[in-house]
Amino acid sequence: MTTETLKTKASVLENLVAVRAMIRRHKRNDVIFAAIGLIALMLGLLTLLTLFLDLVMDGYPRFTLEFFSNFPSRRAANAGLLSAWVGSLLVMTVTFLTAVPMGVAAGLYLEEYAPKNWFSDLIEINVSNLAGVPSIIYGLLALGLFVYGLGLGESILTAGLTLGLLTLPVVIVSTREAIRGIPVAIREAAYAVGATKWQVVKDHVVKYSQGGILTGVIIGMSRAIGETAPIITIGALTFIAFLPPTPITEVAPFINFEWLSSGFTVLPIQMFNWLSRPDHAFHTNAAATGAIIIVVTLLMNGTAIYLRYQIRKNIKW
Amino acid sequence: MNTMLKKSMRIAALLAVTFSTSHVLAADKIIKIDGSSTVYPITEAMAEEFQKAQKVKVTVGESGTGGGFKKFCRGETDISDASRPITQKEMDMCKEAGIQYIELPIAYDALTVVVNSKNDWVKSLSVEELNMIWKPGSSVKNWKQVNAAYPDKAMGLYGPGTASGTFDYFTEAVNGKSKSSRTDYTPSEDDNVLVQGVSGNVGGMAYFGYAYYEENKDKLRAIPISAKSGAPAIMPSPEAVKDGTYQPLSRPLFIYVNATAAAFKPEVKAFVNFYLENAPKLVAEVKYVPLPSTDYAAVKEHFKALKPGTGFGGKNEVGIKIKDLISRIK
Repeated sequence: MTTETLKTKASVLENLVAVRAMIRRHKRNDVIFAAIGLIALMLGLLTLLTLFLDLVMDGYPRFTLEFFSNFPSRRAANAGLLSAWVGSLLVMTVTFLTAVPMGVAAGLYLEEYAPKNWFSDLIEINVSNLAGVPSIIYGLLALGLFVYGLGLGESILTAGLTLGLLTLPVVIVSTREAIRGIPVAIREAAYAVGATKWQVVKDHVVKYSQGGILTGVIIGMSRAIGETAPIITIGALTFIAFLPPTPITEVAPFINFEWLSSGFTVLPIQMFNWLSRPDHAFHTNAAATGAIIIVVTLLMNGTAIYLRYQIRKNIKW
Repeated sequence: MNTMLKKSMRIAALLAVTFSTSHVLAADKIIKIDGSSTVYPITEAMAEEFQKAQKVKVTVGESGTGGGFKKFCRGETDISDASRPITQKEMDMCKEAGIQYIELPIAYDALTVVVNSKNDWVKSLSVEELNMIWKPGSSVKNWKQVNAAYPDKAMGLYGPGTASGTFDYFTEAVNGKSKSSRTDYTPSEDDNVLVQGVSGNVGGMAYFGYAYYEENKDKLRAIPISAKSGAPAIMPSPEAVKDGTYQPLSRPLFIYVNATAAAFKPEVKAFVNFYLENAPKLVAEVKYVPLPSTDYAAVKEHFKALKPGTGFGGKNEVGIKIKDLISRIK
């Protein structure tokens, strides 16, 4: 063997050692990063979990049927959430019915139809900014516009529209994101067989972006259900021991819109009220309400994930 | 989702059309009340019991005394809860809108000065000492500065926010001018936060309504107050408020009834009568101090006469007797 080959062998060996060291170092970095990530995740999760368990432990004596079927009362043990959860449900119904059609239509227009010019850019920037506007601002806007301007009063309709506005940017942004995720090939294929723009939008774009839109809708709604500030601003009540008129009546025309103009309260306001009471028994009620709001939010998010999964499964490209 | 979208769009359209073309508020009888969060528990109790007895709907909000008067003077509410008398500004607002009101004192509250339960050095405080601590620009930062006999302990001050009627009354009674106070204290609109603050700070001190002290006796100690240095110090209690010895920190609470509603809406009249009739029992139940029964009788008479106006003339007044107040309006 020549010295030359020996030298190469040695240098290869040396290199090998260096390479192995490098691999080891990189693997170690991998582990460290994964650990940091895990710790970050745990910090978030554990905080939520601790908070939730704390609420449940404080509030568990109130997890009874009566708590859901009783009106508020000055006696903590008799006080219930009936007017609050019915109020929240009705307000969210109005929110859903306004934010979803408007948000999806606006998202579709911006993504599919809007000409690309400075005006569209301006709208786009504004929509993104709206998503970050503090909710109290929406409350003030609604107080001036809906309550006094349009004379809708301190009603379920006003609250629903306010939260609808609050949810709108989230729906628009997620609609656009979902639409952008559809491969260009799909549209081109549709156009190639002679489909019109509306047909492409109706049969392909909307259909394939449902999952993403739905996620946006539900995330927006679960933000809205916990909102307190804008609802207080427009003048929600704190003590209300009756329900709004029922939407469905026994006599023709069987449908009744009086509930829209009814006064109301919602879950977070009821919780806020109970929390500020001197009597500690009410703090138990507040904790139970907090736990219920978290469960409702988790359920809504869970539904979003499940529906998205189901819809994705049915899309075969 | 596709069909759901279509459906929801259809419903929204239908909804818009139907709502815009029909239906004013239902003919149901509704009494609308808003105002002070201090008075709220009393009115809530009344509303709860009244609705059990009668087929009338009662709603109660808590926008604060000032927020309540704003709505009241726009004619949006029938009754306004107030933890202080109506101000000149609010009187003007009501006058402009042509709203007349009947001023009814309905209970007493004892503003209570509390310290941490580990604080064993303060036996009592005089109004002068409170003034020294709470006056605007006060430099008191240590208990030693109040009294040389007190230990060298940093003082932590907690109090209600400036929008509160409690703040208005305390500053009037202690500093001689409503809303004039030192500003370097920890404010909160939520009295439970003040309770937390004082119970976690050995040198802490706060003032708030008696009910919050009553529910937190295990964590806090109330301080007997003397009206002048040298005068006997009186511990806040329902009895001391009733017999008028707890001065100047016991304050009357009010409801203001829309005079037109009182005259022409039988349900409002019935509710106010129910309120005054049941006040002795329900006021005590929610941890406030009922007026003496002779005063309630006088207030009832006053309401019966439907005499509008205020006995305060837009200014708060400390230590006023209910009977004098009513006779002023007459």
